[in-house]
Amino acid sequence: MLHIVACIKQVPDTKIIKMNPKTNTMDRASAPAILNPYDAHAVEEAVRLKKKYGGTVSVLTMGPPPAVKAIKKCIELGADEGYMISDRAFAGADTLATSYALTKALEKIAKQRPIDLVICGKMTIDGDTGQVGPGIARRLNIPPLTGVKKVVEINKEKGYAIVHRKLEDGYEVVQSTLPCLFTVEKDINDISFAPLPNMIKAARYQPTIWTADDLEDVDRKQLGLKGSPTIVSKVWAPPKPEGGELLEGSTKEKVEQLLSLVLAKKELFQ
Amino acid sequence: MTFDDYRGIWVYLEVKDGNIAPVSLELLGAGRQLADKRKTELAGVLIGSGVKPLAQTAFTYGADVVYVYDDPIFAYYRTEPYMRALLDCCEKHKPEVLLYGATPTGKDLASAIATDLPTGLTADTTILDIEEDTGLLLASRPAFGGNIMATILCKKYRPQMATVRPKVMKALPPDPSRTGKLVEEHIELREEEMRTKVLEIVRETTKKARIDEADIIVAGGKGMGSKEGFQLIHQLAEVLGGAVGASRDVVEAGWIDHHHQVGQTGVTVTPKIYFAIGISGAIQHVVGMQNSELIIAINKDPNAPIFQSCHYGIVGDAFEIVPLLIERFKEEIPKLKAAADVKEEIRHA
Repeated sequence: MLHIVACIKQVPDTKIIKMNPKTNTMDRASAPAILNPYDAHAVEEAVRLKKKYGGTVSVLTMGPPPAVKAIKKCIELGADEGYMISDRAFAGADTLATSYALTKALEKIAKQRPIDLVICGKMTIDGDTGQVGPGIARRLNIPPLTGVKKVVEINKEKGYAIVHRKLEDGYEVVQSTLPCLFTVEKDINDISFAPLPNMIKAARYQPTIWTADDLEDVDRKQLGLKGSPTIVSKVWAPPKPEGGELLEGSTKEKVEQLLSLVLAKKELFQ
Repeated sequence: MTFDDYRGIWVYLEVKDGNIAPVSLELLGAGRQLADKRKTELAGVLIGSGVKPLAQTAFTYGADVVYVYDDPIFAYYRTEPYMRALLDCCEKHKPEVLLYGATPTGKDLASAIATDLPTGLTADTTILDIEEDTGLLLASRPAFGGNIMATILCKKYRPQMATVRPKVMKALPPDPSRTGKLVEEHIELREEEMRTKVLEIVRETTKKARIDEADIIVAGGKGMGSKEGFQLIHQLAEVLGGAVGASRDVVEAGWIDHHHQVGQTGVTVTPKIYFAIGISGAIQHVVGMQNSELIIAINKDPNAPIFQSCHYGIVGDAFEIVPLLIERFKEEIPKLKAAADVKEEIRHA
C-alpha cells in the first residue's frame, strides 16, 4: 500500500488578473483563487497510482485559511486526506523558506504514515519557478525527478520507481529508489471529472490544519520572510510595445503586401 | 567568512548533444558584461564525460577560467552526481554569482544547489545587472504571468544565483584566438551509491520542425474558432516550411499539444518570422515571442493588443486571408526555389 503526498497551492488565476497600474500590485479581488493547474495533474496522477497499486493519497498545502478550498478541490479529484499549514510565521516565504516549511509538515505526516512518494506540479502559475519541488526533495534527502511525463512502474516491495522524464527533444527512462519526489508535466494525464460521491465528500471535508507551533524541530529563522534569501526590490510595468504598421487596402492588396514582406526574406525559402 | 571571499561571475555550462548548449554561450556573453563591470573573472563550470575539449569553446565565447569535472559517472545528467560536483566547486572556489540556463536541466540543478548551500535563487530571469561596488546582482524577471516585471535581490547570501531564460541574452561573437585557464577538478563518487539510473534515452524526431529552433512559426489563437478552423494554421505552416505555435487558450482547449504553446508557461521563441493569427496578444503570449525578427499579426479586432506587439498587422478575417495567403505562397515559393537552383547550376557550370 502506497502513501503518496501531493503538494499543492492555491493561486490567483494569472490569466485574468488585473494589475493596479499606479502601485504595480495585483488587484487580488480581480483574480479568482484556483487550485494551481499544474498541481491538479499532480493530484490526478497520485489518485491514478492509488487506483493501480492501492494506498492513500494525502494532499498538503501552505496558505491562508481560504486555501482550504483548494484542498476540497483535491478531495473532489480523489484525494483521501488533506493537510494545511497556516500561520503568519509562514508569510512572505520565497521558494527556500516554502520548501523548508512544507518539508517540516511532510516529516510530521510521515510520522503518522510513512511516505513512499511525493508529487508536485511542474510549477505554480503565480510564482512560475518550479523550485519548491526539488527543494523539498533535497531537504528530505530523497531523489528529485523533475519533468515526469509518465509513470511506468512503482514497485514498493523492491523499492523503486521507473518514470519517463521529459527532455527537450524526447524523454529518458529513469529508475529511482523509493521514496522519491516527482514534479509532473501537464501532459502526464487528463484530469478526470469528479464523481458525485467525491463532490459530496469534498463539500463536508475539513483538513487537518497545523500552525508553526504544531510542527516539530522548527527553526523559526528559516520560516517566512525571515527565512527567505531573496527579496523583491522593485516592480514595474513592462515597457509598452510601440505598435506595428497596419497594412491598408482591399483584402487582396493586403495579402500581396504581406506576401512581399515575407518573401523578402528569400533565404528562408531556398 | 565574509562576502569578500566570494569572487567571480560563474556560468554553469550545460552540455547538449556533445556541445555547450546555446543558452550557456548566451550566458557567457551576459556574464562577460557583469564580470567586466565588477572587474572580476568570468568562469564556466563544465560537468560531463569526455567534455574537457569543450573548455576551449567557453574561452572562445568569453570565459577566463573553466572548471572541469570529467568522469564517466557524469555521462548523462542526473541531479545527484552533478549537484555534488557543483557544490564541491562552489565550496572550493566561492563564486559571487552563479548563472544557469532556465532549461529543464538548469532549473533542476539550480534548485538543488540553492537548497543545499543554501542561498537565494531567482527563476527565469530576463534582465541582469550588477552593482559595481557591492557586487549585488539585480535579477529581473516577468512576474504574475508577465503582468509586471520584478527585480529580485539576494543581499545576505552568496553566491547569488539565477536561472536565465534562453534566447534573451546575446552570446559574444566567437573569438578563436581567446584562451583561458583550464582547472581540472575531481570528486569521489561511486556509481553504486547513486540512487537514480538512466535506463534509456529516447529522442523523438518529429517530422514537424521543432518550435524553438524554427525560422518560421505560424501561431494560432482562439480566433481560429475550433480545432477544425485551426487546421488553417497547420496548412500555412506547411506551405512555408515552418512550425506551428499556439496560445495558451488553444492548448487548454485541446486543439493542439502543449509542446506548441508559446509564452510565459510555454516556450520562448525567436524565429525570423512569427505569424500571430487570431491571437489577441495577451502579455503572457507576447513575452514568449517579442524578440522575433518579423512579427505579423492577423486579427479581426482592430483593438486587439497584438497590434501593439507586431511589426505589421492586418485587420481582417483569418478565414478569408489565410486561404489566400496559402494559395499565393504555393505559387511564389517554388519560383524562389527555382531561381536559387538556377544560380547554383551556374555556379557549378
